[in-house]
Amino acid sequence: MPGAARVLYCHCAYAKIVPPEVKQQVLAGLAASDTEWDSVPDLCEMSARRDAHVATLIPRGELRIAACYPRVVRSLFQAAGWLLPPETLILNMRTEPPEQVLSGLLEEDR
Amino acid sequence: MSRLAAPILRVLLYEGPGSRTVSGEFRGALLRTLLEGGFPVSCVRSPAPVDAAANSVLLVLGDFENQPPEASARVRFHPLNGSAPAQIAEAADQVRSELGLERPGVWKPWFPVIDFARCTNCMQCLSFCLFDVYGVSSTGGIEVRNQDNCKTECPACSRVCPEVAIMFPKYRHGPINGEEINTDDVRREAMKVDISALLGGDIYSMLRDRTAKAKSRFSKERDDERALKERQNCLVKAGQAMGVPAEVLASLPSPEEIQARAEMAQARARAAIEMNNAKLGENRS
Repeated sequence: MPGAARVLYCHCAYAKIVPPEVKQQVLAGLAASDTEWDSVPDLCEMSARRDAHVATLIPRGELRIAACYPRVVRSLFQAAGWLLPPETLILNMRTEPPEQVLSGLLEEDR
Repeated sequence: MSRLAAPILRVLLYEGPGSRTVSGEFRGALLRTLLEGGFPVSCVRSPAPVDAAANSVLLVLGDFENQPPEASARVRFHPLNGSAPAQIAEAADQVRSELGLERPGVWKPWFPVIDFARCTNCMQCLSFCLFDVYGVSSTGGIEVRNQDNCKTECPACSRVCPEVAIMFPKYRHGPINGEEINTDDVRREAMKVDISALLGGDIYSMLRDRTAKAKSRFSKERDDERALKERQNCLVKAGQAMGVPAEVLASLPSPEEIQARAEMAQARARAAIEMNNAKLGENRS
């Protein structure tokens, strides 16, 4: 199990902007791992809702996020009133290959 | 109550002590089905105490070795019992429905997201938006206040931002989709920002002029259908130039209402800018 890093995966379920094969492979890789992780259907929605559970992930230690552009992800967190630590790893499923996203999420040490 | 404040159902797949581990393949299929059904899901193995986060009810799924604990108002349990992912998602939806919780996926989360590292609080977006999406925070900063007022697929306000600070994460192309910005983007946006230049006059003034002209004609020739057509024609140019979908144009209020809303939004923007300038002055003195 990779350290104490917490993983958050966004499925971007209501739009077709993340290639489906990327989502499929990242999801399958996370599901096959023995890590504990959180997933949301849509991070934009969670930000707009100021979802209390997502907020609890920030103070729990290192956070790794698989979603879209880092500028968007940071701003979504900020809009909800949560500040992501600068060291938060944000992996962009719109542009990065699934292997790279998975290895970033699951690698033991960064 | 706004739909965004309504409680939701979260799902927790528990595979810790007291609940057997499922196969990775099943876990993946279950997660995909639940996420596509709009449920947030956590995969947990540690036997930490279970409680729902605020404004949500938690549904705990597991292949429980014994009878699961009693349900409470905020935590429900559902045994997997060899069910297929679709059946489990159906059961989750039934719980959601019984508890009267928000139905996921009804609202497509389309709204502007501000990159505060770039935003200068110029309030152009506040002045521009007719749908009350933007507001001013207690500290005088711009904020996205009514996300669900935003018109799906309309990214127009991002095009009037001189700092390329407004993103629509679900938009296809950069920099509006949140892609990193390069100097060309900034130059291009700076050229586009002056809506007056873009449309040969402020969009709202354009509408007002059009209405005035239309009124003089209508005094001789009143025709509601023609009036509607005039208004739509007037907006076509703006729509094409700014990527505003036809549905959004069709749903715009009457020119008079647009004028009133635009004036109100501009007044709010002016007040916020004056407040910020006053603060700046105080800090300098």
